[in-house]
Amino acid sequence: MKKVFQKPESLTDAKNHYCPGCSHGLIHRLIAECMDEMNIREKTIGICPVGCSVLAYDYFNCDMLEAAHGRAPAIATAIKRLLPDRFLFTYQGDGDLASIGMAEIVHASARGEKITVIFVNNTLYGMTGGQMAPTTLLGQVTTTSPYGRKAENEGYPMKMAELLSSNEGSAYICRTAVNNPANINRTKRAIKKAFQVQEKGLGFSMVEILSACPTNWGLNPLDAMKWIEDNMVPYYPLGEFKVKEEQ
Amino acid sequence: MSNRLSGNEAVAYAMKQMNPDVMGAFPITPSTEIPEYFAQYVADGEVNTEYVTVESEHSSMSVCIAAQAAGARTVSATSSCGLALMYELLYVAASCRLPITLACVNRALSGPININNDHSDSMGARDTGWVQIYAENNQEAYDNFLMAMPIGETPSVRLPVMTCMDGFITSHAVENIELLETDAVRKFIGEYNPENYLLKKENPLAVGPYDVSAYYMEHKVQEAEAMKAAKARILEVAAEFEKISGRSYGLFEEYRMEDAELALVLIGSSAGTAKAAVDKLREDGVKAGLVKIRVFRPFPGKELAQALANTRAVAVMDKSEGFSANGGPLFAETRSALYDLKERPYLIDIVYGLGGRDVKTEDIEKVFGRLADIAVTGEIGPVYTHMGQRSKEDIA
Repeated sequence: MKKVFQKPESLTDAKNHYCPGCSHGLIHRLIAECMDEMNIREKTIGICPVGCSVLAYDYFNCDMLEAAHGRAPAIATAIKRLLPDRFLFTYQGDGDLASIGMAEIVHASARGEKITVIFVNNTLYGMTGGQMAPTTLLGQVTTTSPYGRKAENEGYPMKMAELLSSNEGSAYICRTAVNNPANINRTKRAIKKAFQVQEKGLGFSMVEILSACPTNWGLNPLDAMKWIEDNMVPYYPLGEFKVKEEQ
Repeated sequence: MSNRLSGNEAVAYAMKQMNPDVMGAFPITPSTEIPEYFAQYVADGEVNTEYVTVESEHSSMSVCIAAQAAGARTVSATSSCGLALMYELLYVAASCRLPITLACVNRALSGPININNDHSDSMGARDTGWVQIYAENNQEAYDNFLMAMPIGETPSVRLPVMTCMDGFITSHAVENIELLETDAVRKFIGEYNPENYLLKKENPLAVGPYDVSAYYMEHKVQEAEAMKAAKARILEVAAEFEKISGRSYGLFEEYRMEDAELALVLIGSSAGTAKAAVDKLREDGVKAGLVKIRVFRPFPGKELAQALANTRAVAVMDKSEGFSANGGPLFAETRSALYDLKERPYLIDIVYGLGGRDVKTEDIEKVFGRLADIAVTGEIGPVYTHMGQRSKEDIA
């Protein structure tokens, strides 16, 4: 029989700790498939965040370095500058990237660092138990916004892809989702394109991925996928925001 | 009234009863529940607090500093790397003499990254100019938080206060505790009417300006004097608190120390374990005792020396490393405090419990066993060891 699917080599055999219906496992696989297909596993270094994916070094079958909360882009910058022929990716959630690490991500993008950022946006702080994040939608209930986020108190949800696409240093900025097969395929293509942009040395690249947190949203995995479509996509439009072509 | 609460919930409830003006909030394990419970109180209109959700601990402490400088009462809660990210501002808060109240739920500092309990976070902040008060259990976590404002806000002190409890062990364990009535709490803490604050039109003020060499040192001396003055104020507040609660607190707790020959000095929840070990040894006729440090800043050196003056051998147990190559921070303070005694007990340091490593009554009994040997032989052996360190021979 013809083999039509196998676990990518760039993932380890470790059983992951993510909740049922969480998108992290899926996104890990997409990254790993891109690494396999581009044959770059042996020269890829990943940077782990603080957050639910803090243990990602157990799952990716490449060298990984654990960063302090929010500092992954600074860490990746240093390694990429020292070892420019390696592939560097950071894997960050919205607490890590858009909250405590806002300074690092904006400046890495402004400097045009030739790194790839995988930004997993699930609209809240997952690991600490579902508190409001900069990406929390208006009206969304979290443990620190028990009756919903209000713009007059907590301001507006942060649109990271749009924000970073305004930096000249950004070469590829894309927002995708993993709520259905078509979007999952688009996400994989976006990750690969981001790696290719890095390979060509065009500048900073980021893929923002709208993903599910059924546990903290209080939804079952299926409804969580629908929640992405109904609530996240209208506010966080999908698509490419910045594509710098080769000169 | 009696209630069954976790340590985090007890502190959040104390905050609610105190009704602070501002809370700077950013979650970090294991203190996260405090801002969570408090967010619900805010949302339900049970407090009048301006609840500011910021993007990091550096900002949550900045929010507290600014609001306190404007004459508001402010609170925050954090742990571990969150406290570390506040360090720059901890010094600013203390040197601006802003009596902010911070609940520190003790957790090991990175790295390696670890979410469990030890005291490396607050011990790292021990020299920032904050009063530090540690709790053994949920009741003490609640009581210490209530006492923090009257201590910090008094004009002779005017320093920020950090109340500490052990992460998970105290913060997440549920115990029956006695709560005060909210009216009694409000009366106890009173109104906050600082003499100076921002936007007071009769007295325009700059807070935190550049200080030149000709004045900087005078300001640091004033801060040092305030920390000295805090000791008397802590005892005064404890006496007032006893009147309304019936619960008595000192700078430290002496447990079966009257005639103790062998003693431990330690901080936090391990005191419960140590008390059980002391009771067991006492039944066997061993004159064992315990000093549980409650107030670490200001350090009660003179009082501690008196408490240990008649012992023969003492083990200081440090729940943080310190990397001085000369023992942990509690050991350094204790050994220094004993220097002026005419006859000093033998003294050893045992670093234990790092990153959540458990300590059991048998472990404590083993330490007393070692102290008994030292008292008889006068042979101290290694002065500074690590309990349960699996890569080395276990000396206790």
